[in-house]
Parts: sequence; structure tokens; C-alpha cells
Amino acid sequence: MIGILGKKLGMTRIYDAAGSVIPVTVIQAGPCPVLQIKNVERDGYNALQLGFDEIPERKANKPMTGHFKRAGATPQRLVREVRIDSLDGFALGQQLDLSLFAIGEKVDVIGVSKGRGFAGPMKRHHSSRGPETHGSMYHRRAGSVGASADPSRVLKGKHMAGHMGAEQVTAQNLVVVRMDPTNNLLVVRGSVPGCNNGYVMIRKSKRASAGARK
Amino acid sequence: MNQLIRTVEQSFMKKEVPDFRPGDTLRVAVRIVEGDKERIQNFEGVCIGRHKGGLDETFTVRRVSFGVGMERIFPLHSPRIEEIQVVRHGRVRRSKLYYLRDLTGKQARIAETRRKRGEKGRMIQLLEAEGAIEQPAEEQPKAE
Repeated sequence: MIGILGKKLGMTRIYDAAGSVIPVTVIQAGPCPVLQIKNVERDGYNALQLGFDEIPERKANKPMTGHFKRAGATPQRLVREVRIDSLDGFALGQQLDLSLFAIGEKVDVIGVSKGRGFAGPMKRHHSSRGPETHGSMYHRRAGSVGASADPSRVLKGKHMAGHMGAEQVTAQNLVVVRMDPTNNLLVVRGSVPGCNNGYVMIRKSKRASAGARK
Repeated sequence: MNQLIRTVEQSFMKKEVPDFRPGDTLRVAVRIVEGDKERIQNFEGVCIGRHKGGLDETFTVRRVSFGVGMERIFPLHSPRIEEIQVVRHGRVRRSKLYYLRDLTGKQARIAETRRKRGEKGRMIQLLEAEGAIEQPAEEQPKAE
């Protein structure tokens, strides 16, 4: 599914036609130059390599400078691939922007969620808590991890404390409520993964059928 | 807040919001949608606070009817807020008038002021004096 790269700017709320408040996320989407075109014959799959977030020439290292130059593009901070079915109509150096999308269309937004560090079972798996007082001494701990002699091991996938967040998350079927082509702003209903100013990828919704996507 | 988010919010903000402050008595015209019918309802009372936040700005209006205090919080930029009329300017010394909740009757009154406040107010006064702009209709002081 064709998509572009962007940056989550933050959330706000706006009014719809009926005067109701809707929560929205503002994303700076593109422009993304096509840096490389990967095809089935040479690479085994079809994809576009896109760049996003322009940087000064002195900040790019030498190998990457050559890579950008070949595509006729300015140096970019973020370089990511977008898998697509057909390469028709795409050329090296072409700029992709939010004109790919339309207001009312559904999109998926992929980002890296906020890191929570080493989190306990309550936060990580929504397990319930123990009593706070009456000498319980069992506040936020994990409960039993299983039976005894049978099976005499802990089952795989047992919910326990551990690292949480900072993983790739996809928010699916977000509706585009507003677009600002001059500032490259895409406004979608609801929240998207990651922190403000974090990089995201926006693609046409994978789940919604072509008819429902509009 | 990010400046680009502000540009998104800007297009939803009302261009003209009357200059009102806590202590002012307001008449707020709210559009109410019931099924497919629409009507305007007025809510009159004392503004006891503005909660600033760009597009999210809200204000609280308090009135006492039949001895029962009632407060409504309105989103300032909501399209359902048809009009805000300043009925009367009040002289108060704080930005949030929550103390009015504990007062009743004569104690809950707020002294009226006709003074135009702030630099903008002074300019309006100057312009009015020169007859450059129309003078607002004389407010009727309420008999207390």
C-alpha cells in the first residue's frame, strides 16, 4: 500500500460541521523524494525508498550524499522503504506528498510507541492490583506463575514484568479530516503511536476495502 | 505548542470575540439541536472565569435561579455558541471568581464599572471621543 513518511506534530481538537468536538492528530506528511526504486527482478520485491526531513549537506555522510545525488534529491534525515504492488508511475527523484490522500479517506499510521522502560505487570498487562492497606504487603506484584510439579515449569507467554513500549505500532483506519497542502499538514481523527516530533509512516488503509476507503 | 498545529487551530477560531472578563455579566446564545429542529437558547449570568488555551478556550458562566446556583462551561470557539453579549462590566480583583459560590444575596453582587480597560480600551475610548466609531448603547444600570 502506497504511503509517505511524516512527523507527528501533536494533538489538538477541532469542531466538525455539527459543532461537536473531535480529537485530532496533526502530522507533517512529506514531501518525500523517491531515492531508490526496488523491483522484483533485482531485489526480489517491489518497493520505493523514500526520504523525509531535509538536512543540510554537511550533515550527510559521504556514502549517503552519493545516494541522494543519484536520485537528484537533497539530503534527508529519515530513509525508509515503502512496499508497493506496482511500480508504474513512479520515477527516481519524484516528490511524493499528501496529495496521495483525500479528505474522508481512511489511513493507517505506523510509528514507534513511547518507551515505558521496565514495567510491572499492572502497567504492562493490565493485571489487577493487590490491596493497598490492612497489612497486605501485596501491592503491585505479579500473582502465581503457574502450578507446581505438573508442569514444573513456567508456561511460555506468561504475563510478567519486562520491557514495554518503544516498539512498532500501527493505528489503523484513521479518518483524514483535514489537509493543508501548503504546510504539508495531514489532520487525522484520533491518536497515533509515538511521541510528538516522532517519525511516522502514513499509508492508505490496508483493512478498509477500496470502496470503504473513500 | 507547535506553530503548525496553531495554523490548523486558527482556521477554527472565531475571528471576533467580544472583550469580556471575569466579573462581566454575559448573555450567551447557544444553538440547541433537538432532532432536526434547531433553536437558540439564552443563558445569562456572571462570567466567573476564562480558561485560556487557544482553540480550547472555555469560560464559565454562573447564575442563580430560584435560589439554585447553576454554572455552565462554554467552549468559546464552538460554532454552537451563536453570540456572546456583554450585558454589564463588573469590577473584580481576581481572575477566577469561585468565591461567589459561597456567597448569596446581597453579598454576591459585583460592582459595575463603565471603564474601558486595557490599552485597547483606551484606544476605543479615544476613537469614541473623536466620533470615529459608534458609541455602544448606554447600559441600563440595574436596580439592585
